[in-house]
Amino acid sequence: MAALTPAPLPGDAPASSGRGRKGRPRVWRVVVLSLAALYFLVPMAASFWFTVDDPQGFSADAYGQIFSAPGFGSSLLLSLGLAAATIVVVLLLTLPAMLAVRLGAPRLRPVLEVVCTLPLVVPPITFVAGISTVLRFGPEYLARTPFYQTIIAMQNPDFPVVLVLAYVVLALPFAHRSLDAGLRAIDVPTLVEAARNCGASWPHVVFRVIVPNLRSALASASFLTLALVLGEFTVARLLSFQPFPVWIVYISGSQAQVSVAVSLFSLLLTWLVLLAVSVAGRNRS
Amino acid sequence: MTAPTTGAAGDVTTGAAAGARVEFRGLYRRFGDTVALDGLDLTVEPGELLALLGPSGCGKTTALRCVAGFEHPDEGAVLVDGRDITGVPANRRDAGMVFQSYSLFPNLNARDNVAFGLRVRKVAAAKRHARAQELLELVGLPSVGERYPHQLSGGQQQRVALARALALEPRVLLLDEPLSALDAKVRVTLREEIRRLQLSLGITTIFVTHDQEEALSIADRVAVLRAGRLEQVTDPATLYDRPATPFVAEFVGTMNHIPGTASGDRVTVLGRALPVDGPAVHGNVDVLVRPEAVILTPASDGTATVVASSFRGSTARLRVELADGSELLADVPGHDSVRLAPGVRVSVTLVDRPVLVSEPRVSAGA
Repeated sequence: MAALTPAPLPGDAPASSGRGRKGRPRVWRVVVLSLAALYFLVPMAASFWFTVDDPQGFSADAYGQIFSAPGFGSSLLLSLGLAAATIVVVLLLTLPAMLAVRLGAPRLRPVLEVVCTLPLVVPPITFVAGISTVLRFGPEYLARTPFYQTIIAMQNPDFPVVLVLAYVVLALPFAHRSLDAGLRAIDVPTLVEAARNCGASWPHVVFRVIVPNLRSALASASFLTLALVLGEFTVARLLSFQPFPVWIVYISGSQAQVSVAVSLFSLLLTWLVLLAVSVAGRNRS
Repeated sequence: MTAPTTGAAGDVTTGAAAGARVEFRGLYRRFGDTVALDGLDLTVEPGELLALLGPSGCGKTTALRCVAGFEHPDEGAVLVDGRDITGVPANRRDAGMVFQSYSLFPNLNARDNVAFGLRVRKVAAAKRHARAQELLELVGLPSVGERYPHQLSGGQQQRVALARALALEPRVLLLDEPLSALDAKVRVTLREEIRRLQLSLGITTIFVTHDQEEALSIADRVAVLRAGRLEQVTDPATLYDRPATPFVAEFVGTMNHIPGTASGDRVTVLGRALPVDGPAVHGNVDVLVRPEAVILTPASDGTATVVASSFRGSTARLRVELADGSELLADVPGHDSVRLAPGVRVSVTLVDRPVLVSEPRVSAGA
């Protein structure tokens, strides 16, 4: 079997990381970064100060009480459960739709984009007003149908499916943006065709070719959704459920220091997740 | 230009699957108002390298994609060894493809890219890795197995893509302008290596290109497409010397149109009678002449003048203005470009051999 002559190994490998723009005074970077840092750090430092301030001086009691505060565990677990379900549903909804549009109907891309971005411009209060109207009148109309039980079960306070559905809508713009950025970075039609040409079935193409190359986009879509669910207050409060954010507001009435400590704690948690996501993303590239 | 390499089917030197016969039968494909394939009939012989050549939008890529299963003809059929594969899904076709754009899976290293198809077929890891290494050696990249696509140059990526396309030992190899993203030097080297590999494997290969030099230099036969129809399919030398239609004559190489007067099987052009290549004609015609068939001699009483010269190394292309104001192109040996500098008066004659004629067109010149 005749072989091709060995090709030169790349001294000419594609240059990847561009050099930073030179000649820009460093001092400006420091100033801008410091201003941004102040903007974020001052309120947080003030919050922290509030949680440890005590008539006798310094006390970390508020942090000790977080885990024993009534309702902490159940509301946090509820929020995490809602977040997990929301992430699954929103990804199952957006990724196949975006792939289908990209591969089969590229002209529909702007339509999909508008639909997915719409929740950003609808105020949550309007949104929740619509949902509560449906929940109020729905059972009446559905009383004689099997859907009656469904609409009741959706509002089970142990796991309100209706909140998952609402959060999916709210998370659409973020999931769409993240996945769109990820899909733009790869040549989806060519990769799909290359995989098909190698004998791969459609599920194989999606799970072995597309998903692995979208890992960081999927991670950031998931993270944004998680952050949204862990911080969403309006919809949950107005539908009278008590996930984590509602519980924080509730507890602030009786234990103000604990509620702020919990907020800082959840911020820390979110940061850790963000860090994990960006590390995962960096490993990919 | 590299001399055409010929001979394919008999040169199989390996035990790999021999090439299959590919037939396009009355392929018709329309995209909106655009007809991409307009009744394409073409047969690619086993072990042959056929180049599909044509301007962009002529349907060459659509034809190739019909073989790969990425396009489905509105009418007609694609046959491989007599079997109609028009309805067979893309992942069940016996054809490896190399794409125009870099198509390696970014999340897999070179070895796993090559072994992808074997993994799909559930070949054991040790076996598929050994096979991938063998293929990487075959394409001249024995030591890049662990590298990821972004760590490879464009030429290396296309070599790996070629190895991936060959991994499942397909009987048809489809190349969709695989060299167009590469720089000129790599392009020439890689096309010659593709040809050598194709000959040694005896695999039927369809090579889509818009670059006539590429097509003429490596193909056994070249099929020229225009607006979804086949204009001519023949070996490179015949295509160049005896283009079947004025379109082919214009598209492949450069052609001068020189006004002449025909009477039966002879045509008088530039004061000289030459035999006509083709059926007898009468009246005013355009005589089609390649620039290398134009002979220029410096002569103080010459009726033509050199107006421009572009030096190309071994040859120089001159633009010459004739007495009637029309212009033609002539190729002369590079060293002659000094004595045939712009402004020099010359006499123009044509190589004495049969010439093609066509209907006269309004503006003369090349």
